Amino acid sequence: MAGIVGYGAHLPRHRIKVEEIAKVWGMDAQSYKKGLMLREKSVPPPDMDTITLSVEAARRALKRAVVVNPVDIGAIYIGSESHPYAVKPSGTTVAEAIGATPDIHCADFEFACKAGSEAMYVALSHVESGFMKYALAIAADTSQGAPSDALEFSAAAGAGAFIMGKDHLVAECLFTHSYMTDMPDFWRREYQFYPQHGGRFTGEEAYFAHTKGASNAILKKSGMKPTDFAFAVFHQPNGKFPQRVALELGFTQEQINPGWLAPTLGNTYSGASPIGLTATLDVCKPGELVFMCSYGSGAGSDAFIWKVTDRINEVRDKAVRTRKLLEENLTYVDYGTYAKFRHKIRKAN
Amino acid sequence: MTMFSSRNWREYPQRYRYEATRFIKSGKTYFPPRQVDPETGDTDRVTVTLPETGKVITYTVIRTPGAQFKDLSPYALAIAEMTDGTRVMAQMTDVDVETVKIGMEVRLEFRRIQQEGEAGVIGYGYKFVPKWF
Amino acid sequence: MREVCVAGVGLSEWGEVWRKSIRDLFVDAATAAIKNAKVDHLDSLYVGCMSGGLFVGQEHLGALMADYLGMAGIPAMRVESACASGGMAFRAAFLEVASGASDIVMASGIEKMTDVSGDGATDALATAADQEYEVFNGATFPGLYAMMATAHMARYGTTREMLSAVAVKNHKNGAKNPVAQYPFEITSSQVGNSVMVADPLRILDCSPVTDGAAAVIVTTPEIAKKLGVPYVKVIGSAAATDTIALAQRADITVIKSATLATQRALKMAGKKLDEIQFAEVHDCFTIAEIIVAESIGKYLPGKAGAAILAGETALDGKFPMNPSGGLKSKGHPVGATGVAQIIELYKQLVGKAENGRQIPKSPKIGMAQNMGGSGASSVVHILEVA
Repeated sequence: MAGIVGYGAHLPRHRIKVEEIAKVWGMDAQSYKKGLMLREKSVPPPDMDTITLSVEAARRALKRAVVVNPVDIGAIYIGSESHPYAVKPSGTTVAEAIGATPDIHCADFEFACKAGSEAMYVALSHVESGFMKYALAIAADTSQGAPSDALEFSAAAGAGAFIMGKDHLVAECLFTHSYMTDMPDFWRREYQFYPQHGGRFTGEEAYFAHTKGASNAILKKSGMKPTDFAFAVFHQPNGKFPQRVALELGFTQEQINPGWLAPTLGNTYSGASPIGLTATLDVCKPGELVFMCSYGSGAGSDAFIWKVTDRINEVRDKAVRTRKLLEENLTYVDYGTYAKFRHKIRKAN
Repeated sequence: MTMFSSRNWREYPQRYRYEATRFIKSGKTYFPPRQVDPETGDTDRVTVTLPETGKVITYTVIRTPGAQFKDLSPYALAIAEMTDGTRVMAQMTDVDVETVKIGMEVRLEFRRIQQEGEAGVIGYGYKFVPKWF
Repeated sequence: MREVCVAGVGLSEWGEVWRKSIRDLFVDAATAAIKNAKVDHLDSLYVGCMSGGLFVGQEHLGALMADYLGMAGIPAMRVESACASGGMAFRAAFLEVASGASDIVMASGIEKMTDVSGDGATDALATAADQEYEVFNGATFPGLYAMMATAHMARYGTTREMLSAVAVKNHKNGAKNPVAQYPFEITSSQVGNSVMVADPLRILDCSPVTDGAAAVIVTTPEIAKKLGVPYVKVIGSAAATDTIALAQRADITVIKSATLATQRALKMAGKKLDEIQFAEVHDCFTIAEIIVAESIGKYLPGKAGAAILAGETALDGKFPMNPSGGLKSKGHPVGATGVAQIIELYKQLVGKAENGRQIPKSPKIGMAQNMGGSGASSVVHILEVA
């Protein structure tokens, strides 16, 4: 069965606290912190974008893969809702940067926060089908939250990359399931700078219905129970939703902890559950099972069941661990710097 | 307006993959790549990749940048000697400019460098970040 | 090769000269030089200019200037070597007369820099550096010299006061120069407290953006004598290059092109460096004067700063440097600077430096060092009294 040969993540070092954003708009920081279970988020500086984050994450995935020659990667798919170009795939630049061109498939993916997990599924299928030896899936975003909107507290940046293959696996993929309906919970029209969303409508029928839809289906398909798993990673638009859906599905706080990054990272959109997966793999023991379920507005969820192999011990420290990027070498910015970094200030031409 | 896109595309091997030239006879590495070894006049060469890390040998802090770099001003610009002895000039990023010192260990990281306006091509390349792991 | 001399000089107004175009400034300087030399024709014309194209959209300057001088028909060529364009134009004129190919050649330099914005001027000047490996990555000219300064200060203990002393001395001289863009004195404290441009260089460590032109008539001593005008012999002329990018230099605290060009010029002149009594050097930034003073061999590595601080390079010092006020006070219309340096040597050697700027000991031999970019090209001339 196909699975992950190498994985890696990249995060910015800049952070902004909820209080810093709230004070500018006269919003109640404490109530948002409590309601969202989120204290601060990552902020990409002007020289970082979805492509640069993807390149560094992919290089780390190659380091952990060890045996993969980039020219043997048969496809590169980057899922994001903040691709630097509307037309010209992020995948072309990343493939060029890691030396994977020219014999390679490529197109960019978009499906709100599940574009990256969809890319992971497609990469797995290319390998499973025997079409190619290795395929690279990257989940990356530097999303924008509209000023004074609740999403401004959480819209963050990060990338997770996975080289899928059939040999030298770090984690085998045992089952997948995707659950999708047409759901107008969150969207962005062409030429709009910020997305819009349906407020409380994004909860029960959107995030929870689809996450549970995919999760219950994969549990049924696999014949497994939540207690079979060492860890679980859910899409994390804030700290609260993944915690609630985990508990409602029968998982525990301990199971979600290693991959539960949103409280201090924010919502990395397409990157959210994939980066959570990298942080989880960093602490797994051989033989452990990891449950993963993403969610992307619009809406859909991709569920995966991973079984970690012996190889994790050899390769986990061949690249920097995700939690180190999350917790160390941080620098905090004020709202003015944040607004400048995120191109929210109108300039002369 | 110069055609930034083709000029930038031509430099991908250097800007994206940090490719350098090593001359066979002298064994010396040059970045950016060269066709002629300045020491021997030799043209026999192979492509190599720069090491990821190095040490700052000199730097400055640019406080009056051109239009392309105003969002990051002030920024440090440094020449680092990579672990194989090759010297590279790049911007430093992810660093408090007041802390930059000669001897600081740095690592190459892929970053967005500049762009041809809001509608034009984006130029990617390399910058130095402090080596903290 | 024949003996060559400078037999007449002319300068336009220097500064932010809004009312004069690139061709107006050239004609002002050129007609002044022709009048000064009392020549009635030119055999050929060299125009040193870094970038008429980027500053005012005008190339083909040789033809344009010959035309506007009223001499369309004569051979004319534009010479470019970034900030060494003027010095290189002078070298070309020297070689044309020395070879016997021509008898009376004008060497001129011109730059019209104020028709573009500050950013536009910065971008144009940056074309002297490595466009793809320095400028693309955010290098500016002050930044490149600042990196040389950082290294020099770390290695030799060169201080802020030593850098400031260069600017103070040059302004002291420039205050006496009727052509200077900034003809006033400044203090060390003013320099050291001026706004930081690229650490450690501050705004008063940097030469300005200037419009201006300079022209000299290059001919043979025989012709100068016949014209009955004072002349000065050109006894050494040499040029050299170095790597364009600072990262590729063997030693970033030395400007090797200046070393090589000086050695070659001295060899041609049959002189030793200590026979040179004063110099005009390329102080695009204060650190440049310090590094050039060491690179030409006048001071041991690391020692020039202290010597300048102690007054050795003042007008009345052991080795006057930049009696004109240098690029810092006189101004730096890029293509014209190299020719203006020759004009200062001429004036000092014929005893005609104005307003008390004359070097007291009546020097007999002087040198000019003009360089391009961060030192990738240097051109050196040695002039001697007739």
